[in-house]
Amino acid sequence: MSQIETFYDVMRRQGITRRSFMKYCSLTAAALGLSPSFVPKIAHAMETKPRTPVIWVHGLECTCCSESFIRSAHPLAKDVVLSMISLDYDDTLMAAAGHQAEAALEETIEKYKGNYILAVEGNPPLNEDGMFCIIGGKPFVEQLRHAAEHAKAIISWGACASYGCVQAAKPNPTQATPVHKVITDKPIIKVPGCPPIAEVMTGVITYMLTFDRLPELDRQGRPAMFYGQRIHDKCYRRPHFDAGQFVEAWDDENARKGYCLYKMGCKGPTTYNACSTIRWNEGTSFPIQSGHGCIGCSEDGFWDQGSFYNRVTDLTQFGVEANADKVGMAAAGVVGAGVAAHAAISALKAAQKKTQSHKEEA
Amino acid sequence: MVVQTPNGFNLDNSGQRIVVDPVTRIEGHMRCEVNVDENNIIRNAVSTGTMWRGLEVILKGRDPRDAWAFTERICGVCTGTHALTSVRAVEDALGITIPDNANSIRNMMQLNLQIHDHVVHFYHLHALDWVNPVNALRADPKATSELQQAVSPSHPLSSPGYFRDVQNRLKKFVESGQLGLFKNGYWDNPAYLLPPEADLMATTHYLEALDLQKEIVKVHTIFGGKNPHPNWLVGGVPCPINVHSTGAVGAINMERLNLVSSIIDKCIEFNKNVYIPDVKAIGGFYKNWLYGGGLSSQACLAYGDIPENPNDFSPEQLHLPRGAIINGNLNEVHDVDPRDPEQVQEFVDHSWYSYGEAGKGLHPWDGVTEPKYELGPNAKGTKTNIQELDEAGKYSWIKAPRWKGHAMEVGPLARYVVGYAKGHEDIKDQVDGLLRDMNLPLSAVFSTLGRTAARALESEYCGRLQKHFFDKLVQNIKNGDESTANVEKWDPSTWPKEAKGVGMTEAPRGALGHWIKIKDGRIENYQCVVPTTWNGSPRDTAGNIGAFEASLMDTKMERPEEPVEILRTLHSFDPCLACSTHVMSPDGEELTTVKVR
Repeated sequence: MSQIETFYDVMRRQGITRRSFMKYCSLTAAALGLSPSFVPKIAHAMETKPRTPVIWVHGLECTCCSESFIRSAHPLAKDVVLSMISLDYDDTLMAAAGHQAEAALEETIEKYKGNYILAVEGNPPLNEDGMFCIIGGKPFVEQLRHAAEHAKAIISWGACASYGCVQAAKPNPTQATPVHKVITDKPIIKVPGCPPIAEVMTGVITYMLTFDRLPELDRQGRPAMFYGQRIHDKCYRRPHFDAGQFVEAWDDENARKGYCLYKMGCKGPTTYNACSTIRWNEGTSFPIQSGHGCIGCSEDGFWDQGSFYNRVTDLTQFGVEANADKVGMAAAGVVGAGVAAHAAISALKAAQKKTQSHKEEA
Repeated sequence: MVVQTPNGFNLDNSGQRIVVDPVTRIEGHMRCEVNVDENNIIRNAVSTGTMWRGLEVILKGRDPRDAWAFTERICGVCTGTHALTSVRAVEDALGITIPDNANSIRNMMQLNLQIHDHVVHFYHLHALDWVNPVNALRADPKATSELQQAVSPSHPLSSPGYFRDVQNRLKKFVESGQLGLFKNGYWDNPAYLLPPEADLMATTHYLEALDLQKEIVKVHTIFGGKNPHPNWLVGGVPCPINVHSTGAVGAINMERLNLVSSIIDKCIEFNKNVYIPDVKAIGGFYKNWLYGGGLSSQACLAYGDIPENPNDFSPEQLHLPRGAIINGNLNEVHDVDPRDPEQVQEFVDHSWYSYGEAGKGLHPWDGVTEPKYELGPNAKGTKTNIQELDEAGKYSWIKAPRWKGHAMEVGPLARYVVGYAKGHEDIKDQVDGLLRDMNLPLSAVFSTLGRTAARALESEYCGRLQKHFFDKLVQNIKNGDESTANVEKWDPSTWPKEAKGVGMTEAPRGALGHWIKIKDGRIENYQCVVPTTWNGSPRDTAGNIGAFEASLMDTKMERPEEPVEILRTLHSFDPCLACSTHVMSPDGEELTTVKVR
């Protein structure tokens, strides 16, 4: 094999100075929430590593994950694809088709046994012997199992691969099944969301390349660095929640003032994701900022939790709704009740999580 | 054996059978089989949708105000267009009108999608059918710079050094031995006709477009909070406007408007300086390759879209034209009524579904979908390892929609053919101008290249329209109207006991319709008939072939084992299989009985 080019080589060749390269490394560190002491480590990794082969397969999906991925601003998608990884199979973007595409898959598996990353977008349907999703005349689930066998690790992109998403919503007619229910002997990193945030996707890949290990995962298998906190915890409208200032109807005066969307069904209080911090499309905005509540798209089974416009409290026996209403009617500044309401929601979420993990174990 | 189809194609499946599965660089999963004769000319074509998700049964019993979010997930590439169609269907059913600002914002989002989708399609899904990035290594950067300046004098990125840098990067990439996405491409196939300089210019723009597309979508992020999959609202748009007062930072304010405006300008500039000149330059080298016309010269369908004023979908009020052309008669454009049970019907004789009765066509309001996966008697292989399909039997997860019994092409070319036939001024000017510049007759439009060119022209036109609706929004705010949502009928208790409605849009890939029935505040039935269902449809009861199949007929392949020409023509439709194969029944009971492994 001819000499493999490292990420640093690529940057230097493009006329990027050592100084700019180091700046890039600091930005990467900052984007990942790492301290400056990590910068030399990142630089070292990028100077010495060849591009890691990635096989990206597609099951039942809508391709929003791929679309999100190419929106990444730091790093740019083109730099990821040209300089950081070697995307050896991806039916959405690759030049070859048919036999030549299948050959590319086989060659990559053979050549890099145990050393490639398998990225899965979408999920396999198990009904009809798997033939609700056909690749090369065979069920997709076969391709998935085959590619997983020698993978170093698997990334489950988005809500489909992580949890099932829309095609798995009741009654799940195709028996669309998340990846971890089919592949049980490999490390799997779930990157949920419909789709996940672009920079979270590239952040997960960059982390693995840089530190040569999987990111720390929470009990559901999500990278803790991006999914460790609720949208509500870091929402810039949070002070309005605490102050009891809520939007009461679409386009009312409170909506125009940017008050809290909790009463309009916002799922921010029960959704673990980085939307309110990293935001979307190069930090341009996120759902709550644009005026619509969060629909909770990175949570397991979010399609089957009632209407997106129901308050999250509808799901529970807690008295949160009554509290929030009282607060809304009272003069702004009754902070105490708002905080109490919030504490109740936190308790609710903890209870939900318990039920969820209980279900998973079952 | 040669069979003539009612829509005029001679099918001969006696020659060598070529199978392409997976068809790549599309959305979703698709298979294609063709037979070539001894001169490697395609004499039979079979197009198969190879995925099915059942979204419409999932919608049954849900809150109609949530339907936009479910249907939006039919497709993440044409993200938002299903959501728009859905809120229109619900509003139509419940008699909800939307404010003027909501119409302008929705139009901007839909136009923005058209531009984004067309640009990504051309550069990232389609370009490699015409452009050979490996050949770009042989280019002279100085000559490439001259070519760039000749085809697009106002594009700032055109210096020899710029092209040399890109070429060097490409060179190292190829030399690394890790070819990534370019691995196993058909780079020595004689079907590639560009000189190295044009290959280098186009490959450079592949990268430029990749950077640009993430900017384009920010219009969705501003109004809808994220992209892919921005948020929508029945009754208007979820983003309030506040440009004057306290709290404006939490709404559409002056800064947000300025950002939208700057993105609109970027779109216009890229279309003018890069996209249109590239299509002309690349097209110029392929102008004798005029295969792929298929149905475009005889049967085109468009529902029309982009209403100038809110709540008025009459054809003369739509910027993208509505109409149907049949039997190749461009002198007559038929009106299209999605409510008429005799116009749009779906057939399943060659699809993996059953109506219980052969030869039946159903209007979407009465649609049924019962999956029935079986291969025809002459298929080769097994049910879970298909070698060759039997097109005389069932062979696709896509249904066969027909308009008054005709197989139709939809999409940018269909819209432009309908618009041209109707004398739509902007469209006529664009088409005539392009043909004049390229020294081609009108008949050249009916081709693979014509489809690709129509998409570029439409991107340019949509850029102008996007600006028009931005100006309209600002003017309306100036006039004192900041309203963005009508909440009179937000509460389901205000709804009638039963209602039904239709929503229509022109998605990037063509005519898109959603049909909804609401009962007791819940969805009783939901059906979508989407662009790739029209274009990618299998044969119908009468034996008419669909647009994909028709477009492949009589194409000469340089090397049958390398499907460059097949990919080129299929890609010119920008297939979207997740869209076409989501189809579902009004009553999904049957589905719960399918075999569970």
